[in-house]
Amino acid sequence: MTSPLQQKIRITGPSMVTANRAFDGVVIYRTAQQGWSANLSDAAIVRASDEARVLLNEANADDVGAIGAYIAPVEVGDDGVIKPGNLREHIRSAGVTIDLAAPAQP
Amino acid sequence: MYAYDEIDRTLIDERVSEFRDQVKRRLSGELTEDEFKMLRLQNGVYLQLHAYMLRVAIPYGTLSSKQLRVLARIARRYDRGYGHFTTRQNIQFNWIKLAELPDALAELAEVDIHAMQTSGNNMRNVTSDQWAGVAPGEVEDPRIWSEILRQHTTLHPEFSFLPRKFKIAITASAHDRAAIKVHDIGLRLRKNAEGETGFEVLVGGGLGRTPFIARTIKPFVHGRDILSYVEAILRVYNQYGRRDNIYKARIKILVHELGIEVFAREVEDEWRQMRGSALMLDDSMIEEIRSRFFYPAYEKLPHMPDELKKAAHDPHFEAWRRNSVFTHKVQGYSIATLSLKPVGGPPGDATADQMEAIADLAEKYSFGEIRVGHEQNLVLPHVARRDLPALWKALDKIGVATPNVNLVSDIIACPGLDYCSLANARSIPIAQELTRRFADHDTANLIGRLHINISGCINACGHHHVGHIGILGVEKNDEEFYQITIGGRADEEARIGALIGPAVPYGEVADVIEDIVEAYLALRVRPDELFVDTVKRLGVEPFRERVYATR
Repeated sequence: MTSPLQQKIRITGPSMVTANRAFDGVVIYRTAQQGWSANLSDAAIVRASDEARVLLNEANADDVGAIGAYIAPVEVGDDGVIKPGNLREHIRSAGVTIDLAAPAQP
Repeated sequence: MYAYDEIDRTLIDERVSEFRDQVKRRLSGELTEDEFKMLRLQNGVYLQLHAYMLRVAIPYGTLSSKQLRVLARIARRYDRGYGHFTTRQNIQFNWIKLAELPDALAELAEVDIHAMQTSGNNMRNVTSDQWAGVAPGEVEDPRIWSEILRQHTTLHPEFSFLPRKFKIAITASAHDRAAIKVHDIGLRLRKNAEGETGFEVLVGGGLGRTPFIARTIKPFVHGRDILSYVEAILRVYNQYGRRDNIYKARIKILVHELGIEVFAREVEDEWRQMRGSALMLDDSMIEEIRSRFFYPAYEKLPHMPDELKKAAHDPHFEAWRRNSVFTHKVQGYSIATLSLKPVGGPPGDATADQMEAIADLAEKYSFGEIRVGHEQNLVLPHVARRDLPALWKALDKIGVATPNVNLVSDIIACPGLDYCSLANARSIPIAQELTRRFADHDTANLIGRLHINISGCINACGHHHVGHIGILGVEKNDEEFYQITIGGRADEEARIGALIGPAVPYGEVADVIEDIVEAYLALRVRPDELFVDTVKRLGVEPFRERVYATR
């Protein structure tokens, strides 16, 4: 019998597993080498729900290294370049969309 | 300013040590994230999109220069050189490393600042009027009572695991600058027929998914009974508040479901049993707290000094003075608001350099005291009017003298999807674009008082429900859309705004707001009819027609 948690995982396109690094909160991506990278280009890409579940379970097992792992969509170009699959992930990957250093204009 | 005693100081020092140990155990793997999460939240540490965020309390919005300098140091040493002032008199640092948090908290503790109960299901920072103690006509300084409540509810075991977070705001003025009607408990100081101090008690206000305006459950509770009465409310909430559904767990839902009369009766029954208990405040206790507040030694100064007469010829100074300077209760002094809403800037942000400069200016011109308002601006509460021209020049140099206080570009905004893990849409870029559209001060003055509030999700940290114009970010098919409401207000006439129509995409929000403002200018019957009054008179329809006729 499938557990309710397993039933929740269903992906419809290329996906990766992302989390925040425990000691500083930096955005990280689960790699195919069972580690983490701060570069999206290093992320392991999964295309089937079963693969996604395995990757997420691996990620969740590393409670000391990462927090709040989840599956998120990506776009993979013909050239193999990985891009975030939605705005939230784009912001997590590229940073805030505003200029932090913008000088004040009285 | 309130001066900590040894008990206050020991309490926060011990808390830092405790948290240092918890962080160490988390980083070593001894504590799992599940075990650690509640501990970090009780110390104001969230995990946001890119990093941990530390929310630091500024009780009743009062800071000393020394404290502001330490906030600047935290921003520079542990963060990225800036902080964000929130709608509840807190400051947030967005990029703090977990391993460095105990050191940051220890530095804050050295100047009597902490982050306890700035998150979690407990009593949050008790907020008040940023003009407390200096506003003309005030009943008395509400911070005395805020401090009494702060002390009583800090680490109170009975209220550390409430059904949901709980927020109290206090005002002592007829004009409510503390937004008490959108708090779980709102307290309005007043005097009874005998001239004794007490409170009108309001309960059940709140925004978020299900907005409610607080209602009065008792028109007068004597000051000596305020702890027992507040505690009676909390006990009723603790007993009956829903823990099964996070969306129905706030006291506003309980009050709504029981009805205000039944809720009031329950509180009254509870209160009757505890009214004469150890919670009764005697005069000496109140005086003990009062004595720990220090007030400036004001000089006898003229209302219109020569320096001010001379500076009145400078139109830039005059524009700032008319907009940002307010009447003080003491002749010869003024209250000056520092706008943290520069054109194109993120609302409520201040750099470490700005914070340090403001701390210096407060020392020079405001008896070393700074206030934080829920509108995300700062205030120098005790400025001699002769010093206003010099102060303005210094504020202008550091970019906090934009004369837009209470005008259309004085926008309240949450961090939105740029930072927040709960957000559906961005808030800051919308605010920035609007400040550019309404950058012309003559136009802004022509429009008059108009509050725009932006939230990036239904949790409503930007208080969009009570903005004269409210903007709520939602997500539709992975794209940012925004619902627009009009006619809300957060003051003594607080109301929830009404939706004008379907949500509009990100790229159209500024155009829509311009359309609404243009409609208002055409519809108002006279120049001093405020936007919110025009909406009250005419309703939503004329604005809806204007916005959607061509869309």
